[in-house]
Amino acid sequence: MSSTTVWAAVLLASLGSYLTKLAGQSVPQGLLSRGWVARVAGLVPVALLSALVVVQTFAGAGAHLVLDARSGGLAAGVAALLLRAPFIVVVAVAAATAALLRASGLAA
Amino acid sequence: MSTSERPSRGQFPMSTSEGPGRDDRARILRNALAVGAATGAYGISFGAVGVAGGLSVLQTCALSVLLFSGGSQFALVGVLGAGGSALAAVAAALLLGVRNALYGLRLAPLLRLRWPSRLVGAQLTIDESTAMAMGQDSPALARLAFWSTGLSVFVLWNLATLLGALGAHAFGDPRALGLDAAIPAAFVALLWPRLTHRGPWLVALGAGLLALALTPVAPPGVPVLVAALVAVPAGLRARREATP
Repeated sequence: MSSTTVWAAVLLASLGSYLTKLAGQSVPQGLLSRGWVARVAGLVPVALLSALVVVQTFAGAGAHLVLDARSGGLAAGVAALLLRAPFIVVVAVAAATAALLRASGLAA
Repeated sequence: MSTSERPSRGQFPMSTSEGPGRDDRARILRNALAVGAATGAYGISFGAVGVAGGLSVLQTCALSVLLFSGGSQFALVGVLGAGGSALAAVAAALLLGVRNALYGLRLAPLLRLRWPSRLVGAQLTIDESTAMAMGQDSPALARLAFWSTGLSVFVLWNLATLLGALGAHAFGDPRALGLDAAIPAAFVALLWPRLTHRGPWLVALGAGLLALALTPVAPPGVPVLVAALVAVPAGLRARREATP
């Protein structure tokens, strides 16, 4: 992907995100009283994050599903979450586990 | 932001005519710094992941200044890094940012921002500043919490992004560092606190399975967007169950 395309994505997402934030401060309050708006909006991040976890862990080159060092890293990250580790520790544990799995030749 | 000019409006019994105490203000500023420092640690991982995802240091830092919403930034970088189209990446980032609009809706009556400051306040409307503002006893303290947390997170998040991006750039091979595994770990850590009861768990499972099923057959980026739509029937269904 060319640098220009990446810049376009960066700027477009930034503009859209800013307008989303500004709209919240500016639209009439009545919208929030519609309960389903708040409920759907509350569940969108859950669905999106879960899908992102799956795709970022199991999607390989050419859209094949693969089981590689990322899966091991993710499992270690989840273990850290279960032990109530803070965000930075979860991420670091996952990265270190994947790096070790690769360095030792146990996973691609 | 002088509270003595603004009479207590009744619904906040804690705020007296003298305004919030010095202790309250010091506590809020301390918390704002602590939240900023914690978020900064997370910013280091975003900087590293951004560069690992194929963005330049400048593009990664531009996201933290201009987009300034952690989940959306990770989503954009994640979809681009996985070979998704620019449009799919932007759509994923914007979907994750929808919650910021709801935060704004809740904050508006509390903050009562006028136009010039509303333009700045909008950019600072994120998880942390909202949570800190909503937790206060009076509108004056809520405003202090919103601005101090928003600014503290903005400064430290951007400094940390720069550090992480430069670090990853200097090191070279992101896979040897396991940075590609850091991305799903970051998403799972963002997801974790939202799995408070059965409903969100079911939505997460449904969306995850759908994304897994679509990945071999749909273009990169599309499975994530389709899976996000699981939230719509789930949110509507929750209403029917709630109203007998």
